[in-house]
Amino acid sequence: MNMLHITDLYKRFGDKAVLKGLCLSVPENSIFGFIGKNGSGKTTTMKTVLGLLNADSGEIRVNGEKVIYGQAKTNRYIGYLPDVPEFYPFMTAKEYLLFCGEISGMTRTDTIARADELLSLVGLAEEKHRIKGYSRGMKQRLGIAQALLGRPKLLICDEPTSALDPVGRKEILDILLAVREQTTVLFSTHILSDVERICTDVAFLNNGVTTISGKISEIRTKYRSREYQLEAENNTDILALMKAFPNLRKTDNGRVAFSEKDTALSDVLHFIADSHISIKTLERKAPTLEDLFMEVTEK
Amino acid sequence: MKSLFAFVRKEFLEQIRSTRLFIVGALFILFGIMNPAIAKLTPWLLKTLSDSLTETGIIVTDVNVTALDSWVQFFKNMPIGLIAFILLQSTVFTKEYQSGTLVLSLTKGLERYKVVLSKFFALLLLWTLGYFLCFGITYAYNAYFWDNSIAQSLLLSVISWWLFGIFTLSLLTLFSTLSVSSVGVLIGTGAVILASYLIGLLPKIGKYMPTSLTSGSALIYGGSDAKSYTASIAITAVASLLCIALSIPVFNKKQL
Repeated sequence: MNMLHITDLYKRFGDKAVLKGLCLSVPENSIFGFIGKNGSGKTTTMKTVLGLLNADSGEIRVNGEKVIYGQAKTNRYIGYLPDVPEFYPFMTAKEYLLFCGEISGMTRTDTIARADELLSLVGLAEEKHRIKGYSRGMKQRLGIAQALLGRPKLLICDEPTSALDPVGRKEILDILLAVREQTTVLFSTHILSDVERICTDVAFLNNGVTTISGKISEIRTKYRSREYQLEAENNTDILALMKAFPNLRKTDNGRVAFSEKDTALSDVLHFIADSHISIKTLERKAPTLEDLFMEVTEK
Repeated sequence: MKSLFAFVRKEFLEQIRSTRLFIVGALFILFGIMNPAIAKLTPWLLKTLSDSLTETGIIVTDVNVTALDSWVQFFKNMPIGLIAFILLQSTVFTKEYQSGTLVLSLTKGLERYKVVLSKFFALLLLWTLGYFLCFGITYAYNAYFWDNSIAQSLLLSVISWWLFGIFTLSLLTLFSTLSVSSVGVLIGTGAVILASYLIGLLPKIGKYMPTSLTSGSALIYGGSDAKSYTASIAITAVASLLCIALSIPVFNKKQL
């Protein structure tokens, strides 16, 4: 079942169309990476899911229920961490979580227990100061704690790691991995190494629509996975190869690369055998998300 | 209901920790003491000035101060108190829009109308506390120095002014849902009050305007008929309720 399902979402700000028929499905218990350039509409999409922005058209369903702008009852299924979470600076972390528990209708005993549990999960249990003096990383961690407080079925994080240093990033990613058992995670980012590290599913957002989406493993096999690199003993052989197969291109490290789309691997192997070329390596490259990202965004 | 109270409590915690509660309290206590103090000091002031006044041709005879003079001061100072209160509280919504703190509360499933109601309720409570603190202090001093019973329809005039304050707060709430900046809130609220005041200058419809509730001085001297207040009290109460009722759908459609 899909925890989040978006169909044909359109949204424009003035004369700028941000979302142009976006479709997205987030399966239950996945860690879903929502990838796109800055300004591609990631935050707009997320805010629309939360009922904070009014879509021009399209439908959003969370846990099967339709999202209605301004009265988003579906938010009871969602924990949300905005890109720059803002808390009441005059409260302490514990006070803030208790306040969150009260406004979301949790019982007091449950809130206290859950708050203690989450504060130690995010490493803020010993913090007695008011939020006013918190660093960005601390706010981000408190942000995760408040998002998880109500045991949401869907955790939405808007660029949770973008503003953090490597240590802070690792902490956040570890927390997200740890909560996978309890909830579905949707997080937007443009940091692809984060996605490769923890995500099970991805979607690329470009020009207002999702261009590629699905399980990472499936995407890797589906897209441009027939890229090969070849290294020969001496340079004349390389030149001979390039003469025979015009689609071959030289890479930076003195190898030649080709895609099976335009050059058949068997033809190349035949040629190598017939011409007695001695090769050092022949390697099939798995596409990195970065390759895909570049391919998608350059179109 | 629980979430409503939680939000009201949060509002008060904010008022306390941002020292706004302290400022409001100090302000109204100060006014409460000043009203009888000014009345009490008037004869003395005039006496010290009498020599120079005689030179200009004004002859100062014995000035007889009563509780009425103190109450006149009360109604004279209250506009300043209300303006200070409004200035202090004009950011009660807009600060949350600008910092984005409401986003998390709303995405927790807190209904939007509860934000409007609890903020208005907190303002109402704070205004009531401040206003009656000021009233209580002035009343106590007046009772000690003079005699309060000399003031006619005192309760009516005090309640009327208090209601006018509530009307202003409901305008503050309405304009806070319409505007994103506190400047917009202040301009909107000020414009409506000014319009009410200007219309109030017209003889026939003037007495129906909310601003007519601020003429408490005339009432305590028995200068105006208490019955003529009924209409403007009703109109002000209905207008306040309408402002709040209108704030809710406006806030529901607000993009945060």
